[in-house]
Amino acid sequence: MATTLTINGKKTQVDAAEGTPLLWVLRDHLKMTGTKFGCSVGQCGSCTVHLDGNPVRSCILPHDQLGDAQITTIEGAATTAAEAIREAWIAADVPQCGYCQSGQIMTATALLESNPNPSDDDIDEAMNGNLCRCATYLSIRRGIKDAAKRLA
Amino acid sequence: MFQKHFAPPPAASTALDPSSPLSRRGFMKTSGVFVLAVSLVGRLQAQEKDVAGALTQVAGGDATPSLWISIEPDGTVKITCHRSEMGQQTWTAMGQIVADELDADWQDVKIIQALGHPKYGDQNTDGSRSVRYNFHRLRVAGAAMRSMLEAAAAAHWGIAASECHANLGQVTRDGSRDRLSYGELAEAAGKLEVPAEADVQLKSRDQWRYIGKPIPSLTVPKIVRGQGTFGIDVDRPNMVHAVVARPPQVFGEIETVDDSQAKAVKGVLQTVRLPKPAAPALFQPLGGIAVVATDTWAAISGRKKLAITWNKGPNAGYNSDTYREQLEATARQPGKVERNRGDAPTAISNSKRTVTAEYYVPNLSHSQMEPVNATAEWNGDKLEVWACVQDPQNTRGVLAGFFEISPENITVNATWLGGAFGRKSKPDFAVEAAFISREVGRPVKVTWTREDDLQHGYYHAVSAQRFEAALAENGDCTALLNRVVYPSIGSTFAPGFNTPANWELGLGASDIPFNTPNLRTEAGEAEAHVRIGWLRSVTNIQQVFALYSFVAEMAHAAGRDPKDYLLDLIGEPRLIDPKTEGADYPNYDASLDDYPIDTGRLAHVGKTAAKMAGWGRKLPKGHGLGIAVHRSFVCYVATVIEVKVSPDGTLSIPGIWLAVDAGTIVNTRHAVAQMEGGTIFGLSNALYGEITAKDGAIEQANFPDWRLMRMAESPEALEVEIVDSTERPGGLGEPATPVAAPALANAIFAATGKRIRSLPILGPTGTKLDLG
Ligand code: FES
Ligand code: FES
Repeated sequence: MATTLTINGKKTQVDAAEGTPLLWVLRDHLKMTGTKFGCSVGQCGSCTVHLDGNPVRSCILPHDQLGDAQITTIEGAATTAAEAIREAWIAADVPQCGYCQSGQIMTATALLESNPNPSDDDIDEAMNGNLCRCATYLSIRRGIKDAAKRLA
Repeated sequence: MFQKHFAPPPAASTALDPSSPLSRRGFMKTSGVFVLAVSLVGRLQAQEKDVAGALTQVAGGDATPSLWISIEPDGTVKITCHRSEMGQQTWTAMGQIVADELDADWQDVKIIQALGHPKYGDQNTDGSRSVRYNFHRLRVAGAAMRSMLEAAAAAHWGIAASECHANLGQVTRDGSRDRLSYGELAEAAGKLEVPAEADVQLKSRDQWRYIGKPIPSLTVPKIVRGQGTFGIDVDRPNMVHAVVARPPQVFGEIETVDDSQAKAVKGVLQTVRLPKPAAPALFQPLGGIAVVATDTWAAISGRKKLAITWNKGPNAGYNSDTYREQLEATARQPGKVERNRGDAPTAISNSKRTVTAEYYVPNLSHSQMEPVNATAEWNGDKLEVWACVQDPQNTRGVLAGFFEISPENITVNATWLGGAFGRKSKPDFAVEAAFISREVGRPVKVTWTREDDLQHGYYHAVSAQRFEAALAENGDCTALLNRVVYPSIGSTFAPGFNTPANWELGLGASDIPFNTPNLRTEAGEAEAHVRIGWLRSVTNIQQVFALYSFVAEMAHAAGRDPKDYLLDLIGEPRLIDPKTEGADYPNYDASLDDYPIDTGRLAHVGKTAAKMAGWGRKLPKGHGLGIAVHRSFVCYVATVIEVKVSPDGTLSIPGIWLAVDAGTIVNTRHAVAQMEGGTIFGLSNALYGEITAKDGAIEQANFPDWRLMRMAESPEALEVEIVDSTERPGGLGEPATPVAAPALANAIFAATGKRIRSLPILGPTGTKLDLG
C-alpha cells in the first residue's frame, strides 16, 4: 500500500506493509540509514526523529499513520540548533562509537529548540530516554551546554 | 608466539579450530588440544603474504610502508587501519602514529579500513591492544616512508638525502626555497628500496606533532550527520533481510516447525533451516530457522508467526538460582592452587582474628547499542561479507572452516562497529549471514533484534568468590586466601574445560600485588551451560570487585582508613612476578621485562586519585568515599567514588576521581573518553546488570529487563588525571571498568555501613538501596 510521507521537506512515496514502523521504512525502503535501530520497543532512543519538531521514537511509529506530519531525520536536521549541536559535538568529540548519536543529536536539538538554556536537570530529563552503552553521557551534558552557548 | 609478545599471532583459523579466539589470550600455552592449527596457519601466512622488504619483521610485525601508507598525486595520505573502529578512536590513533613519523599534514590524512588478511598481523581488536601492539611498527612504517620521500627528493635534485628534510607533507631542500610535495614525490619514492630498520630514524618525543596530543576524532564529523557505515547500514544490490529464530537453549534444536503462517506475511520470501551446531560452541551459528524477507520488519513479523516446538537439549537444567548455590558451595571447598606464597590456610586457621567474605557477580551481556548483524554475498564459490566484526581476519578464517573453502575466496570487510565490548570478536552472526545467503542465492543481511542479542549472547561468566584473611594484632593482613569459581571462556571452545584458564586468573586473581606474607589463589570447577565469552575487562570484573571490596572489609575489621590500608598492602615500590609463586601468569600476553607489574606505579595512581578526591575531607551526612586500584591490560587505574545516599536509600554519585598511568598515550582526549566510558560501563553493570537463565533459556528480553545506566543516573562529575609517562604504551579501552564496582561498593559502605557482596546492587527495577 503506497503511502506518501514528508521527510526532510520532501514528499516521498513508499510501499511498505501496513503498520511497518517508520524506522524500517527509512532504513530499508528509503536507504536513509542515519536513523538507527536499537530495541524496537521505544526504550533506547537510537531511532529518534522529529515529527513536526518533536522528538519521537520511529521504531514504534507506524509509517502509515503519520498523515502530513513533517518528518525530520539526522540527515535533514539543519536548524541553527542542530548545527550548534553538531559543532559542539565535533569540538569535544562527544561521540564514541557514534551508533546512538543520531538519536542523541535529534533529542538534544529538540531540547534546545524548546529550551535554549537548559539546566542540568532539564538536560537529564530530556536525554534520559537515549541510551549510550559507550556511556558518553557526561560529554553529551557538556556538549549541550556548549551548543547552548553557541546559540546565545 | 607468546614468548615474543610483539610477534604477530597466527593468521587464519577455522570454525573448528579452537585456537582462534583463545590464542589471542594465551590459550595455546595451556592446553595441547589447541595446537592443531599452527601448521595450517603458517602455510596460509606464507601463501598470503604479498609484501616483502626489509621491514617485514620489526617488533610488532610487518612495517613495510606500502602495507600501511599510500600517497596520492594530490597529496592525500591514505593510512590503512587494520584494527576495527568501535568508538575507541583507533582510526585516529593509528593515523596519528603513522602521520607523525611520516610528517604528514593531518588535513591530508584519510583512513582506509583494512580487509581481514594475515598480511596485517593480528587484527583482533580486543584486549586493549591496538596501540600496544602497533605503536612501534607503525612509527617505523611512517618514518621509513618519510626517509624514502626524502631520498626521492634528493635524487630529483641530485643532492645528498641529508640535505633534504620532510616537513608537513613536503620535502624541502636545505638552504633553498625548493620544495616538493609528498604527492609529487610519491611515485618515485615508491620505487625506492625499503630501508632497513637500523637506517630508519624515529622522531624523538619532543619532535612529536600528533602523538600524545588531543587530536580530534576522524569519525565524529561523519557521525554527527548520520554518515559512516555501521554493519547494519550495509546495502547490496538485490539484498534481502533475515532474522533467525534460534533455540532458546544452547544446543537445543527444532523438533517441529510450521512456517506456513510466516510465509503468508507480506514481504516474507522464504525460510531457511540452519544446521544444529555440535559442541563445543565455538563461533558456530546456534541453529534454528531464518525468515527471509524484503525488509527487516517483514522478517521480524514473519518470525512471530512461526510455530516451533523445541527440543531443549542438554542445557535445559540451567537455572541461575540453583547454579549460584553450586558455585558458592564450590567456593567453600579447597580448590586447585594457582599461586602460593607461604601457607595461608594454616595461618588463617591459627589466627585469632580472621575476616571472611563471599561475593557474587551474575552473568552479564555486552548489549552494545548496535545489535550484531552481518551481510553476505556469494559469487560462485567466492564469498564477500560486510560485518561489524572486531576481527575480520579471524572471521575470514572461521568462514573458511565452516564452508570448507579457501580463505583466498573470502573477502571480509569490517564496517564501523556500533559498540562491541567483546561481543563482535565472536563472528557467529557472520557465519549465519553467509549460510542463509548461500541458501537463498542472494545477498542477505541478518539482523539480530535486541531480544536476539540479549538472549543468544556469549555471556560474561557468573561467579562466586570467597576470601579469607588472617589479621595480626595491629590489624595487618598476615594471610590472604582467594578462591574463584566461574565457568571458563575455555568451555566455549573445548568440551570439559571446567576450570578458569591461566589468563582468566591473571586478570585480578593470580596477580594480586600485595606484600602479605601468606598468599594463596585457588580455583574451583564450574560447568558452563551458556556460551561464555569475554566482555570488556573480562574476569577482572568479578575478581577485582571481590578483591578490592575485601581490602576495604579488612580495613574495616582492622579499624583503619581503607585507602591507607590498601596502600600498606601494596607496600614499597617493587616489581612482582607471580610466576615465582607458581602462577602460570601470562601478563596480558606481554613480557614482564617490557611490562613489569610495578607496585610503585600502582600506588602512585592510588595516591593521585585519593588526592584529587580530597580523601579524608569532612563529608556531608549520607556521603561516603570508596577507592579501588588495579593494573589491567598493562595499565594502572585508581578510582575514588563519592556516593550520596539519602535516608530512603536513594543513591546518587556526586563525583568520581580517576588517575590513570597507561605509559605513553597517543591521544589524551580519547584516553579520557575511555576512562569515562569504561567507568560508567562498570557502574552500569554493578548497579543494574544481571542476565539470568531459567531452564537454560535467558529470561531478559529487551531493555529494561536488561537495564543500562541512563543519563540522569550518571555521575554528576568525573575527573580524570593522566599520569605523565614515557613508559611503553598500555591499554585504555578496558582498565577503567574493573575498579568502578569495588570503588562504588566501598563508597556505599562508607556512607551507610551496608556492605555489598552480591551484584547487581539495584537490578532491573530497583530505585533505592535496601538499607535494612
Ligand atoms: S529503536 Fe526505537 S527506541 Fe530503541
Ligand atoms: S556512542 Fe556508542 S552507544 Fe553511544
